[in-house]
Amino acid sequence: MKGKLATLPMSYRLAVTSRVLAAIFGGYLVAALASVTLTLWLPLNRAEAVVTGMTVSFLVYLVAVLWCFACRSAWSAWVGLLVPSVILATVSGVARGLGLA
Amino acid sequence: MKEGFRQAMAWLHTWAGLVFGWLLFAIFFTGTLAYFKDEISHWMQPEIAAHSLDSEASLALAQDYLQQHAAGASRWLIDLPDARDPGLTVRWQQAPGKPGERGRFESRTLDAQTGVEVQGRESMGGEFFYRFHFQLQMPYPWGRWLATLAAMVMFVALISGIITHKKIFKDFFTFRPRKGQRSWLDGHNAVGVLVLPFHLMITYSSLVIFMSMVMPASIVASYGSDVRKFYDEVFPASKTPERADVAAPLTAMAPLLAKASEQWSGGHTARLSVSNPGDASATVVLSRAGDRVVHDFGRAVTFNGFTGQLLSSTPDQPMAMAVGGAFYGLHMGHFAGPLLRWLYFICGLAGTAMISTGLVIWLGKRQLKHVKSAALPFELRLVEVLNIASMAGLVSAVAVFFLANRLLPVSLAGRADWEVNVFFIAWGLSVVHAVLRPGRKAWIEQLTLGAALFIAVPLINALTTPWNLGATLMQRDWALAGFDLTCLATGLFLGWVARKMQRPGDSVSVRKASPSPRSITVEQGAN
Repeated sequence: MKGKLATLPMSYRLAVTSRVLAAIFGGYLVAALASVTLTLWLPLNRAEAVVTGMTVSFLVYLVAVLWCFACRSAWSAWVGLLVPSVILATVSGVARGLGLA
Repeated sequence: MKEGFRQAMAWLHTWAGLVFGWLLFAIFFTGTLAYFKDEISHWMQPEIAAHSLDSEASLALAQDYLQQHAAGASRWLIDLPDARDPGLTVRWQQAPGKPGERGRFESRTLDAQTGVEVQGRESMGGEFFYRFHFQLQMPYPWGRWLATLAAMVMFVALISGIITHKKIFKDFFTFRPRKGQRSWLDGHNAVGVLVLPFHLMITYSSLVIFMSMVMPASIVASYGSDVRKFYDEVFPASKTPERADVAAPLTAMAPLLAKASEQWSGGHTARLSVSNPGDASATVVLSRAGDRVVHDFGRAVTFNGFTGQLLSSTPDQPMAMAVGGAFYGLHMGHFAGPLLRWLYFICGLAGTAMISTGLVIWLGKRQLKHVKSAALPFELRLVEVLNIASMAGLVSAVAVFFLANRLLPVSLAGRADWEVNVFFIAWGLSVVHAVLRPGRKAWIEQLTLGAALFIAVPLINALTTPWNLGATLMQRDWALAGFDLTCLATGLFLGWVARKMQRPGDSVSVRKASPSPRSITVEQGAN
């Protein structure tokens, strides 16, 4: 890609921008939801579960970011983050419903 | 698909590394210096003399001093001297004028052996590098957020770099010197892989350290609006007792040190906090020194301040907090003795070198296309200027910071702030210089200047203070002597790099002015 910057089509640039945004914000969303889900489901006391959830969340963030740049298109980057987000949100919602939190 | 994945990771590594490379260089370099925070502070305030340690005697002196000068204070804080930080620091908080207000803090440094007040020159010392490392001289909390974001990018760059680099261990034994671009890449890989465990530990732990700030969702989900309760549970702190308003003499505190040490199976006390001294309600809280790998926040033993009886001891930390504490402890390296501390320092330098070689490679590869044209395209020129100022400029500014400590008049108002201002002025000037001068010349000039400045540090020290290298070596004050020697070695190293860059043909990096066509063809073949 070196030296070709000037000739790269607009669509390519938009796709890269979209992936970057997905990685930063979408990745953060997945990581935050993963930490919440872990916290609510782990059979530990509250403070310990929170700390564990936060500690692990950065690994989730990492994988999410790598996914955003490894997948085939910018659209699949978003889909690949939003689907797990919805699942994680549902699972933690269930935990709330069951009164685990 | 497999090859595509690797290419995608290479792209991510390249661009994440470039955009955050300059910031990460500054964070790594200042963080590396912060491993010798106390030693740097000792050099920058040499008036505070180092003695052989006697905690009991020092504590008795501190108690005497505070009883004379701060009898009516609501709180005393005593920081005991240790092997690295020779000062005995006492602070006290005045009883607040109105309830709900915070009382004013006063601070003095005492000689650990005589208890006499020491008038050290005003300086932030090594604390400056430590603070800059994660606060980036920005208002709270922006600097911490930016530093943590940079850490996350570093994490991504590290992992994507490992994925990109398929023959990770085979290539480690491959170093092709004097091959320009190829040598830089070999060097980048070698320092990256050699201290890879350090890189992973330092990057991940930096995220863990600030996790409750940057990833608070689970705290809110679990504690709702009662977030304070979380912090109370994780960081157990002793509550300030209500004043009884009955005068009662404070117990002698020196014997408490041994009692606390029993509770910690031999651990040492770093700080004592006395609430309501001279009142019947007085309590003395002894906090443990960070002498273990697993850092324990708020690990403390509380005594009654009148009877000297043990009141409470914080319980052992649960597993999850111990893991967090281990990351914290490993990152800070407070537990490290001299040998391990040097190893930390060297690993930090290796990380700094990895970042700088990466930045040089990025530009070197792209410059090849413009070898024959007179000027670089704007974006490449921008990267070049930022490379020079963020690396050579920062290193020189650090030397200027040290020199300012010796050259600014001791009586100057706001002296500690001026040291910092001078540092940033020097760094700013390096940007101006890099803009005005052609790339290779700017590199050579700034590196030469940095070399001269670092070599000047021990000389100016010898001319302006009695703590010259000869004297400190004779006194076996290894912190002061080591500081001078390290500056000298840094100066020689920078001079060597500057000379390497000056020699034509033997290109340290491929510059547009590189006059040898041979080296260029070799490098193009290698890419």
